[in-house]
Amino acid sequence: MNETSNKWIGQNTIRPDGADKVTGRAAYGADTTMPGMIWGSVLRSPHPHARIRSIDTSKAEALPGVKAVITAKDIVEFPLDKSVVLGIQDMRWMCRNVMAREKALFHGHPVAAVAATTEAIAAEACKLIDVDYEVLPWVIEIEDAIKPGAPLLHDFIQFEGKPSNIAGTLEHKLGDIDAGFAQADVVIERSFTTRPVHQGYIETHACLVSVSADGKTTIWSSSQGQFMVRAMTSLLTGLPQSSIRAIPAEIGGGFGGKTIVYLEPLATVLSKKSGRPVKMVMSREEVMRATGPTSGSMSTVKIGATKDGKIVAAQGTYYLQAGAFPGSPIRGAAGCAFAPYDIPNVISRGFDVVSNRSKVAAYRAPGAPIGAYAVECVLDEIAEALKIDPLDLRIQNAAREGTKAAHGPVYPRIGLLETMEAARAHPHYKAPLGKFQGRGVASGFWFNAGGESSAQVNITEDGNVVVTTGHPDIGGSRAAIANIAAELLGIDYRRVSVLIGDTATVGYSNLTGGSRVLFASAIVVTESAEQVIGQLKARAAKVWGISADAVVWENGEARPSGDHTGNFPTMTLAEIAAKASETGGPIGAGVQLNTTGAEGGFSTHICDVEVDVELGIVSVLRYTSFQDVGRAVHPAYVEGQIQGGAAQGIGWALNEEYIYNKDGKVDNPGFLDYRMPVCSDLPMLDAVMIEIPNPKHPQGVRGVGEVPLVPVMAAVANAVHSALGKRFYSLPMSPPKVLEGLDEGTLQAAE
Amino acid sequence: MAKLHVSTTINGEPTEFLCEANDSMLDVLRGPLGLTGSKEGCGSGDCGACSIMLDDRLVCSCLMLAAEAEDSDITTIEGMAVGEKLHPLQQKFLELAALQCGICTPGVLVASKALLERNLNPTETEVRYWLAGNLCRCTGYDKIVRAVLDTAAEMREAAQ
Repeated sequence: MNETSNKWIGQNTIRPDGADKVTGRAAYGADTTMPGMIWGSVLRSPHPHARIRSIDTSKAEALPGVKAVITAKDIVEFPLDKSVVLGIQDMRWMCRNVMAREKALFHGHPVAAVAATTEAIAAEACKLIDVDYEVLPWVIEIEDAIKPGAPLLHDFIQFEGKPSNIAGTLEHKLGDIDAGFAQADVVIERSFTTRPVHQGYIETHACLVSVSADGKTTIWSSSQGQFMVRAMTSLLTGLPQSSIRAIPAEIGGGFGGKTIVYLEPLATVLSKKSGRPVKMVMSREEVMRATGPTSGSMSTVKIGATKDGKIVAAQGTYYLQAGAFPGSPIRGAAGCAFAPYDIPNVISRGFDVVSNRSKVAAYRAPGAPIGAYAVECVLDEIAEALKIDPLDLRIQNAAREGTKAAHGPVYPRIGLLETMEAARAHPHYKAPLGKFQGRGVASGFWFNAGGESSAQVNITEDGNVVVTTGHPDIGGSRAAIANIAAELLGIDYRRVSVLIGDTATVGYSNLTGGSRVLFASAIVVTESAEQVIGQLKARAAKVWGISADAVVWENGEARPSGDHTGNFPTMTLAEIAAKASETGGPIGAGVQLNTTGAEGGFSTHICDVEVDVELGIVSVLRYTSFQDVGRAVHPAYVEGQIQGGAAQGIGWALNEEYIYNKDGKVDNPGFLDYRMPVCSDLPMLDAVMIEIPNPKHPQGVRGVGEVPLVPVMAAVANAVHSALGKRFYSLPMSPPKVLEGLDEGTLQAAE
Repeated sequence: MAKLHVSTTINGEPTEFLCEANDSMLDVLRGPLGLTGSKEGCGSGDCGACSIMLDDRLVCSCLMLAAEAEDSDITTIEGMAVGEKLHPLQQKFLELAALQCGICTPGVLVASKALLERNLNPTETEVRYWLAGNLCRCTGYDKIVRAVLDTAAEMREAAQ
């Protein structure tokens, strides 16, 4: 597409769902009700690890107002010896995560659920359920879980032939690591830890489910994929997918944490049993105890470079917490860690470690920020040791077109180098710093994803356009789709309505995740729109009695061309739509595809901090992200992704962490003590968008949503090191930790 | 126990409702009154998604008992636009893309309006501290702060 002629692509148009969202009308997961609706509530394990000997629900069932009680017996069981994979989840773990079966594996693990006429009765009934637990020894932290003799969560997990909490491993290898380190003049090896952090979406999980007497089921819920909700609910309840209509509510944040179900299968079974629509809404405490977060980690990274700054070998070892069931994002950590660099000899390993905490869920570039944190901090130390500017070191070693990455691909045209060079040339990089202030840089990579998407583009009888796609819009994707449809059809974007269909009204569409939504939906919307344009030309040709080949579509009008130029007045979209019945019927087209060509995303960040050495508080003074965004179809929402990722990373770096008490329970399950950044914690967050169009996409789109988080913790950590001359090897760099690290010598040196 | 009867004014409309003694104002707004624009993000006054005006005070409706609404004048997000006419803050939030998922937006708008009613010429720092009780996880606050500052500037100009 010729950029200069674009009218709508690249414009900050008003989002189609905007008016509803600023007036309070938009319906999120908890905002829907139904006549006859009752309330569901979950009984959760009070122990971090316990065998469930028996559950007696009779007293709860006898309580007036209680309409249904369920336990694991009511959920379809997937036997442990046979993996059934759905997307990024294994149903063996899913069926046990939504409802504890043999054992409760974390404090807050669901063990039963009740539906009753009021929320108060449902909560009261939960207290009347008698669970006979055999309390077992438990383990929370990675270092404890991998020790010999640690309490074991699952009998079936073996590592190196022995029972273990290490559930899986992964290794990426390139070249000869020993030969690589032998060439190095400087080798630096460091170990790091990060804490589990929650996605922190403000909307808690919520759903409303109605099952009729014939099994026809309607689910309203907030998720990152209505088709995922349908498939998971089908597998966990035994209802066929054709009986389930999953309607996506507006979603109040997800960041990966809503790519999974918790409540929908329970509400479905409760509704089926009670014959009533059942609504379930988690409290914030339930969200913090039993959903998400992303993994905590222990890692060791060793990098070797020659004295002129060429990185010759790199080795990474990442242990990630999976929570109660296997499945931590070791692929993101070990796979993305070294991906921004052209390094001939690499070994990157991941270890998936289970322990008695909630099962992790995806979080914005799952695993990649953990990988980058360790690598980018060690790179800073290499730069320091070699007395090379940290950006120059990165530029010298940056991956580019043709670089073979350790995780597999040979890169096509990528924009990493441009992000680094833009950072080096930016005024931010040269701005003066004061006492106890420092500057850090870091780069990062995320895979991005394609996958299944469907779209339908219909022309209304009055000549306007309705576009339906299948991905919940989590940050403005409808606005970008409107821009693309308006551009292709040559009409004002306000004439395009963009809707998110439910599972019964649009073709299968994979999750809103992997930074895939605009990449994939733009492809199917483009192909649909091109088919519609073909129809519009054919209809005009029919009216004019000429060949369709002799018609061109320009500025929202059909125009005769070639020998017929000027022979007929042009026909607008509205005029063609008005004649649709007599020229062949309704005008519209749908396309369903498994999209490919989503190339990876890269970014480079600069962070300035100031350390309050009396209180240990690190404040971010200035932050600039430089990202290869492919093509910014709606620039303001691309910037928004970049800014939001920076804010989340600053929280991860400086304050956010799960704190467990001595009883194996989360001690800070709320927003007061789980300290996410608030408005007064942050400066303006600058986003520099670099557009290197993805050659494999009709508009040049690359995923933009996840890589903005990847470099942040390292950029902040490098800035703190620059401010104090002291490096912290564990996150978060919270005030108590920073204060503890500030001895007299460090302070004097920093002054 | 019998329910409590409360007479109050909500978004300019005289309103009566029945509630339990321990119902929060947010429970009643979202439940019997059907005003679901106010959101529950935490139920503990930490996220601000349920922000409303109680007379001239900005409050978290999850921390207010519904019974306290007697004889008061409550404004929620649903009372911010006048018919089809959006408040300048609502319009500016749309123009500057100051929302992503939008779940915090009602509370942020109610709080921002309360700020501008007190101080039509706030500094960036004043905006940031005023909104420190409204969590947003999507935007990093940048565009929210800009939208509030821009709206204030436009409203000052319009008032001259």
